[in-house]
Amino acid sequence: MENTIRLENIVKHFPGVCANDHISLTIKKGEVHALLGENGAGKTTLMNVLYGLLCPDFGQIFLNGEAVEIRSPKEAIEHGIGMVHQHFMLIPVFTVTENVVLGEDMPREPLLDIQQAEQRVKEISHTYGLDVDPKSKVWHLSVGAQQRVEIIKALYRNAKILILDEPTAVLTPSEVDILFKVLRKLVEEGLTVIFISHKLQEVMEICDRVTVLRNGRVVDTVETSETNQSELARMMVGREVFLQFDKEKMTAGEKVLEVKGVSALSDRGVAALQNISLDVHCGEIVGIAGVDGNGQCELVDAIMGLRKIDRGSILIKGKKIKENNTREIIQRGVSCIPFDRHAEGLVKSFSLSEVLMLKEWNNLPFTRHYLFDFNAIRSFSEGMVREYDIRAPGIEVKTGNLSGGNQQKVVLARELSRKPDLIIAGQPTRGLDVGATEYVRQRLLAERARGAGILLISTELEEILSISDRLLVIYEGQIMGEMFTANADLHDIGLMMAGVKRQPDGQIKEMPV
Amino acid sequence: MAQKNGEALTDLMQSERFLHRFERIFSVAVPVLAVIAGLLTAGVLIAIVGASPLEAYKALFQGAFGSPYETATSLNRAIPLILAGLGVTVAFRCGLWNIGGEGQIYIGGMFASAVGIYLVGLPLWIHLPLALLGGFVGGALYGGFAGYLKAKHGINEIITTIMMNYIAIYLVGIMVKGPMQEPPGYFPQSPQIQPGAILPIIWEETRLHGGLILALALALLFYVVLWKTPFGYEIRTIGSNIGAARHAGMKVARVQITAMLISGGLAGLAGASEILGAQYRLRDFFLPNYGYDSIAVALLGQLNPIGVVISGILFGALRAGAGTMQRTIMLPSSMVFVVQGTVILFVVGTAILANLPKYLAKRREAAHGN
Amino acid sequence: MGIEVFLGLFTVEFFYATIRMASPIALAALGEVYVEKAGILNLGIEATMLMGAFFGVLGSALSGSAFVGVLTAMAAGMLTGLLFGFLVITMRANQIVTGAALNIAALGMTSFLSRIIFGVRLLPVQVQGIKPLPIPFLKDIPGLGKILFEQTPLVYFTYFMVIVMTYALYRTTWGLKIRSVGEHPRAAETLGISVIRWRYGCVLLGGALGGIAGSILSLAQLSTFVDNMIAGRGFIALAAVIFGRWNPLGAAAAALVFGAADAMQMRVQAFSLNLPSDFLLMLPYLITLIGVIIFRGRAAAPVALTKPYEKEATA
Repeated sequence: MENTIRLENIVKHFPGVCANDHISLTIKKGEVHALLGENGAGKTTLMNVLYGLLCPDFGQIFLNGEAVEIRSPKEAIEHGIGMVHQHFMLIPVFTVTENVVLGEDMPREPLLDIQQAEQRVKEISHTYGLDVDPKSKVWHLSVGAQQRVEIIKALYRNAKILILDEPTAVLTPSEVDILFKVLRKLVEEGLTVIFISHKLQEVMEICDRVTVLRNGRVVDTVETSETNQSELARMMVGREVFLQFDKEKMTAGEKVLEVKGVSALSDRGVAALQNISLDVHCGEIVGIAGVDGNGQCELVDAIMGLRKIDRGSILIKGKKIKENNTREIIQRGVSCIPFDRHAEGLVKSFSLSEVLMLKEWNNLPFTRHYLFDFNAIRSFSEGMVREYDIRAPGIEVKTGNLSGGNQQKVVLARELSRKPDLIIAGQPTRGLDVGATEYVRQRLLAERARGAGILLISTELEEILSISDRLLVIYEGQIMGEMFTANADLHDIGLMMAGVKRQPDGQIKEMPV
Repeated sequence: MAQKNGEALTDLMQSERFLHRFERIFSVAVPVLAVIAGLLTAGVLIAIVGASPLEAYKALFQGAFGSPYETATSLNRAIPLILAGLGVTVAFRCGLWNIGGEGQIYIGGMFASAVGIYLVGLPLWIHLPLALLGGFVGGALYGGFAGYLKAKHGINEIITTIMMNYIAIYLVGIMVKGPMQEPPGYFPQSPQIQPGAILPIIWEETRLHGGLILALALALLFYVVLWKTPFGYEIRTIGSNIGAARHAGMKVARVQITAMLISGGLAGLAGASEILGAQYRLRDFFLPNYGYDSIAVALLGQLNPIGVVISGILFGALRAGAGTMQRTIMLPSSMVFVVQGTVILFVVGTAILANLPKYLAKRREAAHGN
Repeated sequence: MGIEVFLGLFTVEFFYATIRMASPIALAALGEVYVEKAGILNLGIEATMLMGAFFGVLGSALSGSAFVGVLTAMAAGMLTGLLFGFLVITMRANQIVTGAALNIAALGMTSFLSRIIFGVRLLPVQVQGIKPLPIPFLKDIPGLGKILFEQTPLVYFTYFMVIVMTYALYRTTWGLKIRSVGEHPRAAETLGISVIRWRYGCVLLGGALGGIAGSILSLAQLSTFVDNMIAGRGFIALAAVIFGRWNPLGAAAAALVFGAADAMQMRVQAFSLNLPSDFLLMLPYLITLIGVIIFRGRAAAPVALTKPYEKEATA
């Protein structure tokens, strides 16, 4: 079989990380080739390089044996490469056909011959089994149908190579079946498919070969017929040397957080949490492991009173919370390190001291008789700068001008200085360098030692394994399993994160002696 | 390695300090440069039509501050600009685009007139506060309605406030030609307000009225509210990062509506003080374009109450001086609008440059990263 | 007033005046539809029209030809649009504030120049205006002929533009690109459509039409320039865009309704009826306000409206 694509030594750096570290791989014509790896393994970056959205720092792309340079999506399209992004690039108010022909010249340019275009869309959808009505508006369509529109878009532009970024992440099981039928049909017709995923089962089902990526490097490329899910899981998660922390032995105290059978919708109105239950006790860190976008954000929002709960209840220190009452939840001793510190944690135009008082702005000592007490604010801020080693030229500096690590220290200082009983930590080390990461983890352990209960949500399994006492795996808004970290089985966790395996209800493995 | 890290760190600290300073200097330099740019643009226009810009500006300055009487007129023009400018400041600080100052001024003026005309026999110390309060309430309800539509129903406040501007202007027209018209009905104007509702003159032998004290006091109050109270902090947080405000547990909708109530109320006071202090009766188009000008005043003042006072006085002086300039050297007074417009275009057009050092630093970092 | 008197208002003259008053609003609104469809809110239509009104008169006065006046008006409108575009597209300035400031600047500039140029009689105040040009045969259609086809050429131009611009927006690839740029600029960019270039194009088109619309008011209706003569019609055009649900045909229809209110207002004054003319002047704004409240939640506005576009590398 001839080679369609050969990538040689692709290197791509982002500030602080090497997303692609000398990646080489070959994709054969007419195969479905999987790129498998955890979040941050470098899959999407690699494909963005191939699609001309990113320019590699180093390395070479060969198409059909010829060295090519791809500087923009337009050039990628000209080379016959099409990409279906994880977040669809569709215009909701346009019809299917309008979305497909957008940006393409028509025979009688600039006249839009919509009948003729509709005819071509019908032909394509008929040939490849991409069932969709060319006349309907995209916002009327199900997510699965929208994805088919994206595929038609690529085929309309004569794509010979189709990149699908996490195509099943948004689909229901029956939609996945339809997609797989389409992919088989595409390959039959001579197309090549690159399938980015972290779901083992699907990779085994649909792909001919798999390239596993981890930390920006290629682990191996194997034929699916010569491997199995367990082996792939091991390759994907790896056996890394974790940073070791001295954890004091704690006896878990009373419950600070109880989530009982909670279901909630996402912003798009899809079920994001389905019958979730979990507990957090004083003096323990409970980790929530899982791939991004499986309901983690909605879980945090629900606990913080920022999202409507359809079923179930949430109790903090034994008292039920009401939605839309974030203030009261915070006042009850809950701190939150939000997922997105720029959108939710910081106010970039505010000074350090203004951001440090964000959760307690209305309370003593900051406010006295409806006026700010600037002496108290200053001495508090200066204390925080010292205690948390925030590197800033002064407490008046705007937080938008601080480095990522220092910004996170500001958030940490604000949330932890309140001596909370419950800490919700969402990806607390995202985007931080090694030193800052270790610092944040030490701080969380110190809070645990103080007696706080901590819910740690992270997509980095390594983080959860290194500091949590107990962990739960979340997948598509459901808890797949629960175990003590000390006797956690990596292999099992990998399978649960990929949605393959589920612990029988009510079973938690024994506490190690 | 450790030393290299140390160096990099000092570099970073220096650049953060630099950014901090740059932003400070920028926030003062831009308004000053903007005013210069505005005067230059109008100067070119004046030169094109064959007059001397220098002489024109001399006449303008003479007209604005040449005598106590003229200084007082400048300040009188500044009063509504400062009050409405404060209103714009409160709304913009909360992230709400209140373009409705014009309408809120008219409604405020109408309410104040009604209280001033139809309540009779009250002493000054009751009647005047009541009339001012009426102006505030009228503007507040008008602005607050747009705020309510925005906060509770997500209806764009830009559209509603613009439409409400014209509705208010023509409503005043209907009133002064109908229900509130002065008998026997020759002119489109209301009767005079009662003596008890008149804002007293505070500078003898000029027409400077007590509205100035009100405007300055409110500017000071709002400086304190915005920067030194929890409520002002909530407004600023919601205006800067609504997500962070929600996560901190702020009642976003309630604060937004309150901000629009206050914003409209301040514009209403601008209308009220003009009626009660300067015109003594309600007329058609009694403060034309002051609502739009107050946006300019607020932006030139960098959305800072103290800055608003300064830019309000500047724009007031431009308006007052222009009349004199027109009389003495025959240059049309509308030239000051050219100055005002250019000043604001300069301020908004250069806002992006505040990010310049950060942008350059990022590029440098990216270059080093590779 | 009696019902006969009321019905008596709806004469051929009334409908003729409705068309006449609606055409500048419709033309400006058509331009603004394109500008907003591309994702930009221009509150400075008032400024564009005012510049058009003034420079139309100036051009006509200098050349002695009303047609040259209209071209001058168009050029002035485009220059205003270019300045606006530079500020909000390239400098990514706030669109709302920029538009509002442009209105102030244009008001000052036009009335300053008009005092200087016409006030001291460097040029005649009354210039060559645009005369009605009845269209043979069509004008003889009973009833409609007089109303529709004894208008000025600029009104015919408006008819033409309503059709062309509706067709272009929905039936050409250009229209498709414009709409994509205002709905989802990032998606448009991934398909090789230049967001910046199309936005500039629309702002220039909006400027040209706004300029011509202004010249209708000055050249075809008064044959002279008066300070602040647009008197809120720019904002009525904005209201027509909203009320017409961002559809050129809808905007034209809304302009017709608002033109009728304008015509009614003049007739009410002429007949000195006991109906406040201010109420009729208020109607367009009141209708639009009630409209946006009733139609809330059914957002038809382009998604990217008022959001500056920054071309950036995807991280």
